[in-house]
Amino acid sequence: MSCACALDDPKGIEAYVSSLVEKHGRERHSLIPILQAVQSRFNYLPKELLLEVSKQTDIPLSNIYGVATFYAFFSLDPKGKNMIKVCNGTACHVRNNKPIIEAALKVCNIPEGAITSEDRLFSVEKVNCLGACGLAPAVVVNGKVYGHVTPDKITALINELRDKEEA
Amino acid sequence: MADFKINIVADLESLKDKVSAARAAEKIRISLCMGNGCLAAGAGEVYDALKESLEKHGVATKSDLFDEGVKDNINYTHTGCQGMCQHGPLLQIDPENNSDKGITYMKVTVDDVDEIVEKTIMNGEVIERLLHKDANGVSYKNYKDIPFYQLQTFVTMKDCGRINPHDIREYIGIGGYLGLANALKSTPADVIKTMTDSGLKGRGGGGFPTGVKWNFCAKETAPKKYVVCNGDEGDPGAFMDDAIMDGSPQSILEGMRIAGFAIGADEGWIYVRAEYPHAVKSLGKAIEEAREYGLLGDNILGSGMKFDIHIKEGAGAFVCGEETALLASIEGKRGMPRPKPPFPAHSGLFGKPTIINNVETFANVPKIMLLGADVFKQNGVEGSYGTKTFSITGDIVNSGLIEVPMGTKMSDIVYKIGGGVLNNAKLKAVQVGGPSGGCVPADKADVSMDYDSVKAVGAIVGSGGLVVMSETACMVDVAKYFMTFTQSESCGKCTMCREGTKRMLEILTKICDGRGEDGDIETLEELAKAVSDGSLCALGKTAPNPVLSTLRYFRSEYEAHIYDKKCPAGKCTAFKKYHIIPDKCKGCSACARKCPVGAISGELKKPFVIDSEKCIKCGVCAATCKFGAIEF
Repeated sequence: MSCACALDDPKGIEAYVSSLVEKHGRERHSLIPILQAVQSRFNYLPKELLLEVSKQTDIPLSNIYGVATFYAFFSLDPKGKNMIKVCNGTACHVRNNKPIIEAALKVCNIPEGAITSEDRLFSVEKVNCLGACGLAPAVVVNGKVYGHVTPDKITALINELRDKEEA
Repeated sequence: MADFKINIVADLESLKDKVSAARAAEKIRISLCMGNGCLAAGAGEVYDALKESLEKHGVATKSDLFDEGVKDNINYTHTGCQGMCQHGPLLQIDPENNSDKGITYMKVTVDDVDEIVEKTIMNGEVIERLLHKDANGVSYKNYKDIPFYQLQTFVTMKDCGRINPHDIREYIGIGGYLGLANALKSTPADVIKTMTDSGLKGRGGGGFPTGVKWNFCAKETAPKKYVVCNGDEGDPGAFMDDAIMDGSPQSILEGMRIAGFAIGADEGWIYVRAEYPHAVKSLGKAIEEAREYGLLGDNILGSGMKFDIHIKEGAGAFVCGEETALLASIEGKRGMPRPKPPFPAHSGLFGKPTIINNVETFANVPKIMLLGADVFKQNGVEGSYGTKTFSITGDIVNSGLIEVPMGTKMSDIVYKIGGGVLNNAKLKAVQVGGPSGGCVPADKADVSMDYDSVKAVGAIVGSGGLVVMSETACMVDVAKYFMTFTQSESCGKCTMCREGTKRMLEILTKICDGRGEDGDIETLEELAKAVSDGSLCALGKTAPNPVLSTLRYFRSEYEAHIYDKKCPAGKCTAFKKYHIIPDKCKGCSACARKCPVGAISGELKKPFVIDSEKCIKCGVCAATCKFGAIEF
């Protein structure tokens, strides 16, 4: 669930972060679970929230930035509403996932070098092995795993999502 | 809530008897595999559809293991990975709960469920169409007769796929926690001796003797110690730890508690990689249940032992599989390795003595404590005892998860269990051990899968990922794939790993793009040594392995790319030149209309031509042509 409105509301941010700190604690080892909660709610780590996390936990912002940029699951840039993760494990590579990535980027209208479409409807990412190697090549669309994917199948899946968005 | 607490060993034994009796009374047990592979193939939808269909047909299923009031006494449950992922979703139907009489259905879809209920469950008929058929057309009613399963030896995967992983009572019913009971009856020193005698080595890749590791930590006198389970299975192509965490979570918890008793720790952490949400859920449920039943907490089994376990989810960093990086990550820091010594056994999590073992290692521990070191040693070969799980993937008929005694020949795994190379193609190589491992060529495929023999052929057993490659795989491309992986996963601490892998990747990319030059191979070899020598942790030390092993066995392929400007496997697009075969072309213009750069031209009903200057080698034309007239 993305909820951009809350970001212009300092009181809302404060209350949200305080609920996270209450749940996970304010120790250093609580930082990653807190960031994971923020990432899963907003699909990225908004600056306003990181500032508030630093304030409430006393963990320096530089350290939070260090952690946020180290792990692949965290993103400082907003992601698309629909997440398409193309598995880039060895089995998927051997079974040729490249045309699938190309087809997904194309049908989502994602500019070269970027991962998110300009209308922020779609993000296409290559991700590390998902462990569904028996069904290579595999793709995760909004959390659901699809196996034996072809360029046509991914195009159809994305078009279906787009139709739903436009409906 | 639990119906009762297990306070002493006798409680455990009486619950075991009660569960065995309840299971024995079941007229039919229906087990649907909901491992990662089957879920991706639609097992979630099949689960709901089958449940609905059973209700619709008036077949009463048990609402709980101990629900005896149901007239049909049918138990419908989901399980963890049953192994044959390629043919999922897998459905096992065991009359009288006897798997020897069982029926195994594969590739079950929502459309099949009504027929399964009507014919098989209500009338005991077998639906031929849903049985597994091998390449010769022989069909198998029971999974146990399929060569894929027949040649395996199950120890850690024994319960996975055969019990409901979200019900601790089913684990107890098959002897779960009796290994812990045995350990608690003896002394920590005896437990360590049993582990050392068993010869169990770390299954995560390091291969360090588990008993020796525990002994180091047991000797530490600090009052606070930790047990950490490494579930950060990052090797691409490996998914055995995911299967065990998801399908048999209690065995890991039991193993960790035995370790805690042996070294004197009262707290455990499981670090699970973020890509495995089902494993996180399954472990979380298992911990909750173990607490409810009194198998986690204070005074476990009346022994006075205290132990609790927490889960830590990773956030997507391969280097966190390295033990010191993993500890830093649990502590909330950037997951970067540090020099050893001090070893974690001396100064680990939060600066306290810590043992870190892999998921599969912990899953072996309860069996060793239950059956003894000698039984464990019946499998395997000198120096590599026990069984090992392997994931077999890539160009293979039966992709999936297997468990075999260490020392099994790789060729037996590929041909007898795996069913051979896909589309009857020729085997080129098997990549073993992920980014730290190497490619074993077809002529070395009879290598014994034990720590020493695999090392001798230039790879490592590692966590057990086997990726089978046919003649269509380009070995330079494979080396480039792994180098891309390690380069992006390097944490950046050591200069040689950070910069060296980047330079190696540049050279590999250059070679694959057709710009390779004389001297590139030598530079790669020189850099490989520098990266390996100049890196702190295993990620950097082993990063050059895929390059070195492909150079060792497939040097001529590198040379063909560099000197002849050819990719013998036809994989590298830089060397591809698409052309139209005039005899096959009908002049329909479908390709010309699809070509994104307008490189194809011609007159209708006459052969078209491709302008190779304009062509960007995207392959759309070849995919569009219905007559197979476009080749490269």
